[in-house]
Amino acid sequence: MEKRLANWGNYPVISCDETTFTQVDQVEEIISSHSSIIARGNGRCYGDASLATNSVSTLKFDKVLQFDTETGVFECQSGITLDQILGIVVPKGWFLPVTPGTKFITVGGAVASDVHGKNHHAEGSFSNHIIDMDVITGKKETLTCSKHVLPDLFWATCGGMGLTGIITRVKFSLKKIETAYIKQKQIKARNLDELIRLFEEYNGYTYSMAWIDCLQKGDSFGRGILIVGEHATKEELNAQQQAAPLNLPDKRPLSVPFNFPSFALNTLTVKAFNWLYYAKNTKKEINNVIPYEPFFYPLDAILHWNRGYGKAGFVQYQFVLPLDKKEGLVKILKRISDAGLGSFLAVLKVFGHQDNLISFPTQGYTLALDFPVRKGLFAFLDELDQVVLEYGGRLYLSKDARMKKEVFWQSYPNAQRFAEIVKAYNGDNIFHSVQSERLGIN
Amino acid sequence: MPTALILGAGSDIAVAIARYFAGERYDLLLAARNVDSLYPLQQDLKIRYNIKAESFAFDATDFDSHAAFYAGLSVKPDITICVFGYLGEQEKAQSNWSETARIIHTNYTGAVSILNIVAEDYAAKGAGTIVGISSVAGERGRQSNYIYGSSKAGFTAYLSGLRNRLFHKGVHVLTVQPGFVYTRMTEHLKMPPLLTAQPQQVAKDVYKAVRKKKNVLYTKWFWRYIMLIIRSIPEGIFKKLKL
Repeated sequence: MEKRLANWGNYPVISCDETTFTQVDQVEEIISSHSSIIARGNGRCYGDASLATNSVSTLKFDKVLQFDTETGVFECQSGITLDQILGIVVPKGWFLPVTPGTKFITVGGAVASDVHGKNHHAEGSFSNHIIDMDVITGKKETLTCSKHVLPDLFWATCGGMGLTGIITRVKFSLKKIETAYIKQKQIKARNLDELIRLFEEYNGYTYSMAWIDCLQKGDSFGRGILIVGEHATKEELNAQQQAAPLNLPDKRPLSVPFNFPSFALNTLTVKAFNWLYYAKNTKKEINNVIPYEPFFYPLDAILHWNRGYGKAGFVQYQFVLPLDKKEGLVKILKRISDAGLGSFLAVLKVFGHQDNLISFPTQGYTLALDFPVRKGLFAFLDELDQVVLEYGGRLYLSKDARMKKEVFWQSYPNAQRFAEIVKAYNGDNIFHSVQSERLGIN
Repeated sequence: MPTALILGAGSDIAVAIARYFAGERYDLLLAARNVDSLYPLQQDLKIRYNIKAESFAFDATDFDSHAAFYAGLSVKPDITICVFGYLGEQEKAQSNWSETARIIHTNYTGAVSILNIVAEDYAAKGAGTIVGISSVAGERGRQSNYIYGSSKAGFTAYLSGLRNRLFHKGVHVLTVQPGFVYTRMTEHLKMPPLLTAQPQQVAKDVYKAVRKKKNVLYTKWFWRYIMLIIRSIPEGIFKKLKL
C-alpha cells in the first residue's frame, strides 16, 4: 500500500509502496515484480538508508528458528526486533552480543548497519558474532554466507545497507549472563581532556560511553559523564533482585504524543537540559546496580521521542576519527558549540580496532549528536564533513540523510570494492535506496 | 494444558491468534496446505512460549481428506479456530468460474466440510469451542466483492445454525466478524486507518470473546454499528450506491 514513510529522524519523508512477506517464496515473487526495491525493518535508522519508492518490510518475517540454551546459539528470521529477542533470551540467562542504543531495531537492520554498542572496544560490532546468514540476492536465489562461505557477500552485507539483497535469516552467538542487571559506574568529567583520560583509565570495562555537553566553552569545554558497566553477578544484587535475577520488574514506557512545535528547541532549552543532566549527578562518582534497560536503552523509555524535534525532523550526525586525531574532535566540538546549533546530549565513545569492508566502526573516537532540521543546517554539516575528511574519519551510513557523494567515496577506503561486490550480487540494480542513489553506490 | 487447532495457520491473523493463545498457555496444532511453510512458526511458538506445537498438512478444498486429517491429529483440540479464507478477485471471478469456485470452496464449502467433522466430535464429547473467522463483507452483498461476501454470508449463517444446535450439547460457537484488517491479503487495498485493525488486535479480541463465551464478535468493536447502518439502508437506495 502506498504511504508516506520516514525513518526515525522524520527526515526525509517520501512516498513509498510497501509490501510484506511471511515466506521466502513470496520474497522471490516481490523481487520479480519490482524493478527496484529496498528491505526495511523497524525504520530506526535515522535517515534515508531504507527508504525507496518500493520497500519490502521484513516485520512479518519474525520467527525464532532455534535457541540453544546450552550454547547460546540463536537463529531467527530477519524481521524480529532485538526487543523481542531480549524478552526470550534474558530469562534463560543470555544476552545480545552487541546492542545499539535502541532495542527497537530488527536483526536484519542490525546486520545491514553492522551495529555497534557500548562494548565495541572489547567485543566488536554485530558482524563479529554472526555464525551465518541467508541473503536473497538480485538473482532471486537464497545464498548462505559467513566469514568462510561467500565471504565477499558476507562482508558486503554487514554494514552494506541492504544493497546486496534481502537478509532473511541470521544465526549468531549470544552472551552468557548471570543476571539482568548491570553494575555501573558514572564519573563526571569537568572537560574533554579529563573525559578522554577517563576513557583510557576505564578501558578495562566491557561497556563504556560518555554523555557530553557540546554547548560548553572555556574551562568546561567538552564536559560530560563517563558511564561504564559490567553485567552484574548474582552476589552483586540486593535481596529483592536476587529473588528473580533474570527477570526485570515491568515498567510502562512513556510516550511523546505529538510533534513538538519547532520553537520548543532552542539554545536556551538545550542548555538548560544539558545543565540539568550534568548537575543531577551531585557526586563525582556514582556506583550502582541497575536493570539492563535503562543502562542500554535510556531513550527507549520514551516512545516517539523523535517527535520532540518537531515536524521538520532531525538528523543525527555520527562520525569516527582515528585515535591519534583528537585535535579533529576538538575542532568539530568547537564549531558546534560556536554555531549554537545545539543538540541535546551528544554521545562519545572510543571504538576498538576494526577493519571490515564497509562497516562504520574503526579504531578511534566516535561522536553522535542530533540536529533539528532547520535553515542553514546542511551547509554547516557540509563544513563539518570537510573536517572529518581532513582528519581521515567517516560518517555512519545508518544515521546519514544528507552526506554528499564525494564525502562518502573519499572517506570509506573500500567504497570501490564494496560497489563492485554489490554489482556482482545485485546485477540488475534491484536493491537500491534513496541513500544509495544519493551516494552514487548503485 | 488446553490445545487449540488453527486451520489455515499461515495467514497474518492466524499467526497473531496462535501467538496470543500460546501466550495464554495453549498447546497448538497448526494446519495449512503447505506443511513445510509452518515449520518456522512452530519453532517460534515453542521457543517463545514454552508450549507444544505441531504442524499438519490440511487443504481446505480437498474435502475428502478432511475426515482423515481430523482423525490423524495427535491430540483432539479443545478449541478449533477456522481462519483460512480466500479473498480472490471480484472482477476476475465474475467471468471466470474457477476463480469463483475457489472463493466459494475455500470460504464456505471447505469450512463447512471440516467443521461438520469437528462438530460431531465435540457434540459427542459434550464439550469444545469452535471459532469461525467470517467477515463483515458477508452481511450485505456489494458490487465490489459480492462473490467473496456471499461465501462469507453462507459461512456466517452456518455458524449461527451450528451454535443453535451445539448450544444444547454444551459446545460453544463463536462467529468473528472482522472489519478491515492490515494483512498480506489486503495490503494492496487502501483502507481507512481508523477503521482498520492490526491482526494482534483481532487475536486479543478473539481470545477474550472465547473466554466470555460471546456469540458474535465484531473487531474492531464499532463494526457492529457500521454494519447495523449498512444493513438498514433500503435496498432501493442501496442498489444505486457505488460500494
